[in-house]
Amino acid sequence: MKRLPARPGEWIRRDEVVRFTFEGQARLGFAGDTITSALLAAGDAILGRSFKYHRPRGPLSAANHDANLVMQVDLGDRTTPNVRADVARIQAGAVVHAVNTHGGVRSDRGALTGFFAPFLPVGFYYKAFHGKRLFPLWERVFRSMTGLGRVDLAAPQRTTPKRYDFVDVLVVGAGPSGLSAALTAALAGASVLLIDENMQLGGSGQYVRHSPDRVERINRLVDAANSHPRIRTLCDAVAVGYYADHWVAVDTPRSLVKVRARSVIVAQGGFEQPVVFRGNDLPGVMLAGAAQRLLARYAVAPASRVVILTANEHGYAAALDAIDAGIHVEAILDLRATPGPASRELASDPRLVGVHLATGVQPYEASSGAGGRVASLAFRTAAAPGRLHKIAIDGVWMSVGFAPAQSLLHQAGTVMRYERSIEQFLPQTLPKGLFACGKANGRYGFDARLADGERAGAQAAAGLGFGADVAPVSIAGEECPSHEYPIFPHPKGKEFVDFDEDIQIRDYENAVQEGFDSSELLKRYTTSGMGPSQGKHSNMNALRILARIRGEGLEQHALTTARPMFHPVLMSHLAGRGFQPERRTPIDAEHTTLGAVWMPAGNWRRPEYYAVEGKSRSEAIAAELRSVRTGVGLIDVGTLGKVEAHGPCAGEFLDRVYTGRFSNLKVGMTRYGLMLDEAGVVIDDGVIGRLRAESFYFTTTTGNSGTLFREFGRLATTWRLPVGLVNLTGHYAAFNLAGPKSREMLRSLTTLDVSEDAFPYLALREGAVAGVPCRLMRVGFVGELGFELHVPADYAVTVWRALLQAGRAHGIRPFGVEAQRLLRLEKGHMIIGQDTDATTTALEINAPWAIKMDKPFFIGQRSLQALARTPRHLSLVGFRLPPGTAGRVKEAHLVIHDGEISGRVTSVGHSPTLEYGIGLALVDPKVADSGLLSIRVGRTEMVEAAVTALPFYDPDSQRQRSGSSP
Amino acid sequence: MKILVCPINGPRSISEFAYGGEIRPMPDPATTSDGDWARYVFNRSGVAGVKLEWWCHTASGVWFVAERDTATDTVLQTYLYDAAGRS
Repeated sequence: MKRLPARPGEWIRRDEVVRFTFEGQARLGFAGDTITSALLAAGDAILGRSFKYHRPRGPLSAANHDANLVMQVDLGDRTTPNVRADVARIQAGAVVHAVNTHGGVRSDRGALTGFFAPFLPVGFYYKAFHGKRLFPLWERVFRSMTGLGRVDLAAPQRTTPKRYDFVDVLVVGAGPSGLSAALTAALAGASVLLIDENMQLGGSGQYVRHSPDRVERINRLVDAANSHPRIRTLCDAVAVGYYADHWVAVDTPRSLVKVRARSVIVAQGGFEQPVVFRGNDLPGVMLAGAAQRLLARYAVAPASRVVILTANEHGYAAALDAIDAGIHVEAILDLRATPGPASRELASDPRLVGVHLATGVQPYEASSGAGGRVASLAFRTAAAPGRLHKIAIDGVWMSVGFAPAQSLLHQAGTVMRYERSIEQFLPQTLPKGLFACGKANGRYGFDARLADGERAGAQAAAGLGFGADVAPVSIAGEECPSHEYPIFPHPKGKEFVDFDEDIQIRDYENAVQEGFDSSELLKRYTTSGMGPSQGKHSNMNALRILARIRGEGLEQHALTTARPMFHPVLMSHLAGRGFQPERRTPIDAEHTTLGAVWMPAGNWRRPEYYAVEGKSRSEAIAAELRSVRTGVGLIDVGTLGKVEAHGPCAGEFLDRVYTGRFSNLKVGMTRYGLMLDEAGVVIDDGVIGRLRAESFYFTTTTGNSGTLFREFGRLATTWRLPVGLVNLTGHYAAFNLAGPKSREMLRSLTTLDVSEDAFPYLALREGAVAGVPCRLMRVGFVGELGFELHVPADYAVTVWRALLQAGRAHGIRPFGVEAQRLLRLEKGHMIIGQDTDATTTALEINAPWAIKMDKPFFIGQRSLQALARTPRHLSLVGFRLPPGTAGRVKEAHLVIHDGEISGRVTSVGHSPTLEYGIGLALVDPKVADSGLLSIRVGRTEMVEAAVTALPFYDPDSQRQRSGSSP
Repeated sequence: MKILVCPINGPRSISEFAYGGEIRPMPDPATTSDGDWARYVFNRSGVAGVKLEWWCHTASGVWFVAERDTATDTVLQTYLYDAAGRS
């Protein structure tokens, strides 16, 4: 209501005036003010509207949980939705609007919804969407009704760096217990990170100010924490999630900090809980802690005449704080029949002389006056239940209990139990290295909290080898901080349990009656605790209501676990960079120069083909293919996995990994390798060459190179084979030079004898090409005379350019992945992962020549033995398409036989060499034997393809062996 | 984020590791029946409890054994396969 004179310890800077607008009207506050405190100081009472009924609302907690005071803040060209007024600082020039209003916060037309409230029953989402017919209607209605704030879709993408921190002991919460825990742990020798969500340390020790002695003690603790060399403090930082092994996500204004602690102390205090009575949501009705925060931090008096509704000593403390601030306390209304010892001690304070104190109070209703603000409170007492008392006030402060802030403890796997003597859940079994103290651990007295903090700090440090362990602090003799059932139904309702979602007592009763009678079901059906404050003010009362309806104790119930994030976090703080690095071969830039059109291949990008001006994609690809068949072509195959295996057992290792035999491979020769998994399923293939007696060099397919290399290591470990494995995938570049003119061309670049006799088919040689040390392999890769050249990556560009230069006379052309695919398809070569799937066994791909069943062992061998005794389900066969059908048959088209699916097309394409369509299909062997495949290419259209022996091109493979024309 | 202790490199964040499946002894292919072999290849036990697992520290390529309680996700100990003297 008004700004008080300067108070010691206030967080505002009075010498700096900040101007902003709220709902179109000019407002001013001081630097350090929150939106809430500045507006209250300016005399605003209604700061927001409730979500469902659009009821006027004022502050409730002033502690970052005021879900109804959510603002859209425009500053410059940037708009920020869902800004919490109770903690967000005012900024000069900001344009502030309450979200979720129709026509402004003062005269919200949406308030009419209150009139229709009977038609919005509990579980209305469930009920509305139950029937299919009205689904679209309700969807439109709800989409327009729900959601807060406005997202600027044109806002630039912002990412923030993530920060990392490492510490012995992380203390979450810097109130009395957290401060004492941090200091104790630090004094014992541990490094400490002390974080608090507020702008300054001190917690309730800072804003509960009625005792100068306590304030002084807290100030000393704050000073000690700020100056201790082993304590780092971090304010305005919320611990939003607890993850395995004491890994805590801490959200700060600028970024997310991932803190790895060796021990964590949770000292987050408790959320003060509202009294549930009719009108408890009127502006001016708030938690006592909210009023104390507004008084102490911002010197704002949120009322001039208050009544205090309490059931613990903290309400009496709030009354003292009110009086110190010059606020008139009309009465202290204690819900208890007999106030506890700590309350009685405070009640006897001289400052409270003359203040009316009633016990056994049952609040009946609060009513509003002009401007929507609370104007009176009506109540009864247990002593005279027939008589209704009414007090005129402009503020009701509630302090009847706490829900301990135990979310992090829950997330870490703490086992909780309900403790009757203090009416709250207490940690029963904490995971190793995790500690709780203060209110979160059921200690509410000031000295008890300090002592409990010392205990937790000492235990955390002792667990890490610093200092000695100490005994726990007893909770015996403490005044119960929470009322067992601060819930007072009214015949006309509007007693709000959940302020976020406007849920009243009868909503819970109805939900239970409709069968949603466990805390998990109740939550989802009523949406209680699902609003922006995530039940911090409602879950405990909801559970009390549920337990009472079911006639059970709270011991039989558990709170729903609040999962991370504990508190809303900016998307930009969570979003990371898309970390899917794309690999590029060393000659990537050369491809670009040559006009490469890129395609992804595993983690890599590869040229699909090279664009040629004036030519279509297929024409360009056909030209690339023809140059390989008739002249010479060059392709970058550097994406292949490249591995060396060394040692006396290297041959045996390869014998066990691959289906073929490699221990008898001659030095200087290569052999095709096929790899299976234990089920006999084909998983990879490559070329294995023997460099020396105990050294092999081999390739794996592009997509598998990383995982396979890792698996090789595991296999060698399992088999206890001493094999030295080296992953050279990135170290070597590789090119395939193919075509009838390849030998002639290569000859001009190397002194190596590349004649058929000296360098026969499948041979492996090492020598210089264009002056660069090179491994060369005679391969049948695309069915032509061909050489695969592996060169150190650093020399890749030199060799690539030299090859293109030398080949110019022979009409060399670089070719891409699509030409390679067609070239290999013409040869009937399968592509693992395309022509095979996760169930295709080695028996189904018709490659018996690659499988040496007589070896002692290879992976998949035993499964093949078993499979060989059963009928084959599928067989990979080639087919030829009739003219004019090539473009219509696609990969994955089904092969139909007798009206049943009997297989599918796995590869298809138009062969420029053969000038007809060819393909591979995995089909039922019986259907393959019939010689004709009926391929379904549309709903009713079929294409009949003739089964053809493989390979389609150069059946005897003469061209790749000798380079001679067939 | 979880921490796992590599026997060679010490405690590291779990993001540096790759899981390699439960360590399951392979029956002798020469003597086992087709049925037992199929059970070995295809069946996995999902019963929660202490399991021997393959883990790889990917940055260094070290494969090792982790004894992990899958009910609580606690790693009891890690050691090199050879150091275990068992399979």
